[in-house]
Amino acid sequence: MSGTVLEQHVRQSLRRARRWHPAELAFWLLAAASFALFPTRFLILNEIAILALFALSLDLILGYAGIVSLGHAAFLGMGAYSAGLLAKYVTADPLAGLAFGMATSALLGLLTSPLVLRGTDLTRLMITLGVALILYEVANSLAWLTGGADGLQGITMAPIFGTFDFDIFGRTAYLYSLLVLFILFLIARRIVNSPFGLSLRGIRDNQLRAAASGVPVPWRLAAIYALSAAYAGAAGALLAQTTQFVSLDVFDFHRSADLMLVLIIGGAGYLYGGLIGAIAFKFLQDAIATFTPQYWMFWIGLFLVLFVLGGRELIHGAIKALVARFPERGASS
Amino acid sequence: MSAVLQTFNLVKTFGGITATDDVTFSLEKGARHALIGPNGAGKTTFVNLLTGVLRPTSGRVSLVGQDITGLSREARVKRGVARTFQINQLFRTMTPLEMISLVTAERLGRGMRLFQRLDADGEAIAETADILARFKLEDIMDQRIATLPYGKQRQIEIAAAFAARPSVLLLDEPAAGVPEAERRELLETVAALPDDVSVLLIEHDMDIIFRFATRITVLVNGRVLTEGEPAVVARDAAVKQAYLGEAAHV
Repeated sequence: MSGTVLEQHVRQSLRRARRWHPAELAFWLLAAASFALFPTRFLILNEIAILALFALSLDLILGYAGIVSLGHAAFLGMGAYSAGLLAKYVTADPLAGLAFGMATSALLGLLTSPLVLRGTDLTRLMITLGVALILYEVANSLAWLTGGADGLQGITMAPIFGTFDFDIFGRTAYLYSLLVLFILFLIARRIVNSPFGLSLRGIRDNQLRAAASGVPVPWRLAAIYALSAAYAGAAGALLAQTTQFVSLDVFDFHRSADLMLVLIIGGAGYLYGGLIGAIAFKFLQDAIATFTPQYWMFWIGLFLVLFVLGGRELIHGAIKALVARFPERGASS
Repeated sequence: MSAVLQTFNLVKTFGGITATDDVTFSLEKGARHALIGPNGAGKTTFVNLLTGVLRPTSGRVSLVGQDITGLSREARVKRGVARTFQINQLFRTMTPLEMISLVTAERLGRGMRLFQRLDADGEAIAETADILARFKLEDIMDQRIATLPYGKQRQIEIAAAFAARPSVLLLDEPAAGVPEAERRELLETVAALPDDVSVLLIEHDMDIIFRFATRITVLVNGRVLTEGEPAVVARDAAVKQAYLGEAAHV
């Protein structure tokens, strides 16, 4: 095999790895079609889109860099309060709020990354949890700014691009959240297929070899942690803007725990896990709450136990089988 | 000949134990140098000191005359010191192609390019293809590393170190645990490493050492017992007693 032929094979193989699978196109077409299909469910669809973005954020560090977190709500909350406060006191422009929420969360991620990135999984779980708890109480005690336990009220959002007004049915809200999710997804997809993304997978697989291959492990982890924080901040900003309200609940432990659950349901490390998990989780929550509102936690607990004990392979196997039914595009090449 | 990698009075202690005891050592340009010694002689500690995994208690490490004692692992890789591990350290969920691409991308300084497409980087592709061909990995380049036979994995371990284009390559027992059938191919790989790469081989296997090494350093209890050409070292009475003699009892 001559050099140039092998180079062609290498190039093709690398391209194949990043090419769009037909199942992916189908997924996004369905997401777009949800507008027409569920015109009365925009509010829950909006919640799903935001949860999906939040889960995508966790997937970037957990699935691609192997960093566990039980306090990802810290960044959701940071983004939510930042966007909410900006809207209340500075400008009601949604995109400015979105950018601001992402920036402050990214900064928080960068500042806390030295704490999180050292040590083992257990240390990381405890430190991320601790950071989220601290922020919860900080937001609680700064009542003059955040409204404390009453929540941040009096947020009104200007129309997006000065044109699209938020309506009470959540139509604009859902469109906005879904578009932000889609754009950030595209960026994430590009990043995980870059040399940077490859180095993260290397770190996840084997830190010793990554360092021995010239990868500056702590810097790379700090970079993806900050990026993931920005994504969570975007989810928080969307939450604040589309509900026009921020409560301390955004920092609550259950947010972080639910998120872990979402990613366990959907599977980590292929970007769609968070999105599929968010859909499954919200519908599950909705369905259970309809017939037994009080015992929601019981059912979700039972589901979690059964799922992790054996159902996971079953469901993930079903997803894989479904994806495999799509004809491989250009399989002959 | 000139020295590429040198240590001066290198000492490493762990609590009360001295793992590396005043080692002054020199690896010549283009060398095939073997580091031998009984178990617990401090060979791996020495490699860890050379590659920056451990910091010495005292003493210096220098690369082509420049002090690298304080440099991190990745900084040393960038300057041309690469290694393999005694126990495979691979990116097991990746394919050989991805793993070599990663090392190549880092070497070319692409690691912080968030939006670069891997298949659009001609220079990296050419280099990756070159490494895959040199280590005869073309046919398996798209298979997951974890599913490959052990001998192939050992081959990838060396290929990944070599992909960093080192001037100094430290091979920590490259043939350890490789079944007989795959052993020959692996030894050929080691023999085919280009002459301008200086190789330090940490080995137990006398057969391999006498085949490849043009110089041997014997480490016992963290100290350099003796150093010289293979034939001279083999006749050394002290080496026989400390190393070969002991090995014969095992």
